[in-house]
Formats: sequence, structure tokens, C-alpha cells
Amino acid sequence: MAVRTTRAGRARPGGGGFELAVWYLMRLTGLGLFVLALAHYVITHIVYPSSIQTAEWVAEVRWSSVAWRTLDWLMLSLVLFHAFMGLRVVVGDYTSGMTRTVLTASLYLLGLLLFAMGTMSVAVLPLPGE
Amino acid sequence: MQYLQYRGGIGMLAWAFHRISGVAVWLFIIFHVFSMWLVTANPALYEQVHAVYSTTPGRIGEILLGAALLYHALNGLRIIVMDLWPATTVYHRQLWIGLWVVFVAVGGPMAAILFVRMVEGG
Repeated sequence: MAVRTTRAGRARPGGGGFELAVWYLMRLTGLGLFVLALAHYVITHIVYPSSIQTAEWVAEVRWSSVAWRTLDWLMLSLVLFHAFMGLRVVVGDYTSGMTRTVLTASLYLLGLLLFAMGTMSVAVLPLPGE
Repeated sequence: MQYLQYRGGIGMLAWAFHRISGVAVWLFIIFHVFSMWLVTANPALYEQVHAVYSTTPGRIGEILLGAALLYHALNGLRIIVMDLWPATTVYHRQLWIGLWVVFVAVGGPMAAILFVRMVEGG
């Protein structure tokens, strides 16, 4: 059987299963973030200067509608998966054995904690006039 | 030390930049999700933390964050193209040059806007 390698990203894992699914999901979430994260940077750093972004501005302007919050929550989901599964590859490259297990588990826990915090951020903050 | 050895070539450089920019953006996301959580949990503390963005180091960091994000996005696209259509690996040098053309054309004006804002305040 030919070895499936590429000259670009991490070689596509053979045999299917979890690793192959993650390999595809990294590319899918990456494509989604190409649009969402770059647009997010342009909106929150170029269009609106960081200096005006008080807590009040976030509540009254940035997160003034359910639509914006839903879009940002979608981005949160994609970015946490992409960033933490990416770090998992980094940890896998430089560690082994118990260290790798502990660090990978810590990554999953931190990722889940941030997902809960981010979900709370967009869900709990009152909408304008609420 | 084996990870620091230079194995040469565009692929190696692209990979190293991709990893460095990826880890940098990951670090920022941890900070960012936490600070946005403060908007609801502790608005006064959010204001204090967010004030960092308007300092000179904060503004330089903002430009570097954009650069890391844009490089990672463009090189990610290059990876996807070469993974899905292996025939394009023949043109990997052209893809690499194209990446930097887009990086400068798109990132240059954005960095200039942020730089002017840093100098003039605002």
C-alpha cells in the first residue's frame, strides 16, 4: 500500500477513525475560520478601534442582536476545536508517555472550560433594552 | 535539539511559521475568551484589562496578532490546496510567493491603519 503523504500539512492518517476525522475537521474548521476569524479581526480591530470597546459598547453595539451572538458563538466553537486540536498535535510532537497524556488531557479540560465561559458570555449578557 | 535543526526548504519555513503563529493565536484566544467573559462576570475588571489594547505595546501586539492570523490563514489555505490536489505541489514555490504577495497586499494597508492610529492616538 502506498504511503499517503503530502508536502504541505500533517500527513493524512490512514485507516480511518478518530485521527482521520480530526484531520478533515482541522481543514473544515480552518476554512470556516478563514472567513469568520479574518472578518472578526477586520471588524473589531480595523473598523472599530479597540480603544472604544468598553463593556457598554460590547453590550450596546457588538452583541446587540442574537444574530451577532450566534455567529460569534459559531466562531468560538470552530476556533476552540481548531486551536486546541492544533495544540494537541504540537504536544504530540514534543512529548511522549505520561507527560503527553497529562498535557493532552489538560488541553481538553481548558478547551471545555473556555467553551463554557464563551457560551456564557454570549448567552447571559442582557440584550439592549432587556 | 533535533527539533531546532534546519532541514531546509520552503516547506520547513512554512511549517515553522505556521506552528509559531498558531501557538501565538492560541495564547491570545485563551486571553480573549477570558476577557470577554469578564464583560458579563466583572465589567470593571474587563475595562482595566481591555485598557492594555490602547497602550503602545498593546497596539504593536494587535498588529502582530493580525500578521500571525493572516499568515496562518493563508498558509492554511495553501496546505488545504496541496492536500486536496496533490498535483499542485509542483507549484509549491509559486503558492509560497503568492502567499506573501497577498500577505503584503492585504496586511500592509491594515497594519498601516493601526500604525497611524498608534501614532495619532484614537
